[in-house]
Amino acid sequence: MYNGGKIIIGLIVFVGLMVFPYIYEGGRPAAKPDPKLDTPEILKLPVSERKCVESKAFMTKEHMKLLNQWRDWYVREGNSVYINTEGKSYTISLQNTCMKCHSNKTKFCDECHNYAAVSPYCWDCHIAPKEKEL
Amino acid sequence: MSMDRREFLKITGISSILGIGGIFAAGGLRNLVEAQQVMPNPEGLKAKHWAMVVDVSQFKTDEDYQVCIDACHHVHNVPSIVNKKQEVKWLWTDTFEHAFPGQGNEFVPEKMKEMPFLVLCNHCTNPPCVRVCPTKATFKRKSDGIVMMDMHRCIGCRFCMAACPYGARSFNFKDPRPFITKENDNYPDLEYPTRTKGVVEKCIFCYERLAKGLMPACVEASREHAKKTGKRPGLYFGDLDDPDSEVRKILSVHYSIRRKPELGTQPNVYYILGGNEYA
Repeated sequence: MYNGGKIIIGLIVFVGLMVFPYIYEGGRPAAKPDPKLDTPEILKLPVSERKCVESKAFMTKEHMKLLNQWRDWYVREGNSVYINTEGKSYTISLQNTCMKCHSNKTKFCDECHNYAAVSPYCWDCHIAPKEKEL
Repeated sequence: MSMDRREFLKITGISSILGIGGIFAAGGLRNLVEAQQVMPNPEGLKAKHWAMVVDVSQFKTDEDYQVCIDACHHVHNVPSIVNKKQEVKWLWTDTFEHAFPGQGNEFVPEKMKEMPFLVLCNHCTNPPCVRVCPTKATFKRKSDGIVMMDMHRCIGCRFCMAACPYGARSFNFKDPRPFITKENDNYPDLEYPTRTKGVVEKCIFCYERLAKGLMPACVEASREHAKKTGKRPGLYFGDLDDPDSEVRKILSVHYSIRRKPELGTQPNVYYILGGNEYA
């Protein structure tokens, strides 16, 4: 093999780099994100009313689409009231509706967003609620 | 493997039915978004053609202007940047010469030449900023004529700033948050968002307040200030398409001027120089 030494060293370095993250993490998967729903605002509500605007399954999977829709409905079409599948009305607002209950941005939004390595630019403009020390 | 024509058709038929069915089944949750309903707030103020009238005669002291400007800049988290080249303004004052070029003459009263005029976005009927916006980040709302800004879409190209003949648009050269003044100490709790570096902003006729049934912040401030000082308010707001609205009544008895009418943008902010009896 021509230049065998160099190729083998190169291969070792390459494999080392590729395998490093797995060794570094010790072969365990990273901790699953666990968004917290225990803000004082939510705990204040009676258990029967501790519901988001739509079902939990829908919100988990489709909240980004819903937020995009809300944004267009409110800003572009001037519709500020959202009627959910149960017929209940909500004011369309990230800052004044979503975050009034989910007042724990770091424990709620960031928890999954960091895990999935996505950084939505919501908070460049929208003001996150001040988080209370627990 | 051999297969006759009949077998082949059966398999393709069944698999395409399964495929189409699968798409519908998987889309069930997704379709929820499309089935949702929205409506405007029933308590919101409605109009076909919002317009503002500025009664110049009611602005006498610095305070008369400042209460309106402060109210606006406060509720919308407008930063106070000292550097004139980078300042952000929604509602501000300018001289007669700058606000109404070509409309004066050499015998215009000295007082008028020197006094400041309250200026803002004119929410033109024929807005040049909307025409040039490449992303439709600024658009004219069909329902009520407000020239809106969709900050989510603005890419900061500043074509609109070049197009606007009134200088009503400001660019965020830097992150505005550190420049939101001390008086906005409750600022992390405010209901209105800030802007970010690299977007253009301007007056939006308080669409967010109108949607809640409130008058624009400057108009409300002007009314409250008038109550305190026992004068008439300097700002009026209403529907130009409604003949019984306050603005129409005022405009029908007072001669009014608009900024740069010769450009054909059809501004919707009117200035009257005399007092008014419909207040």
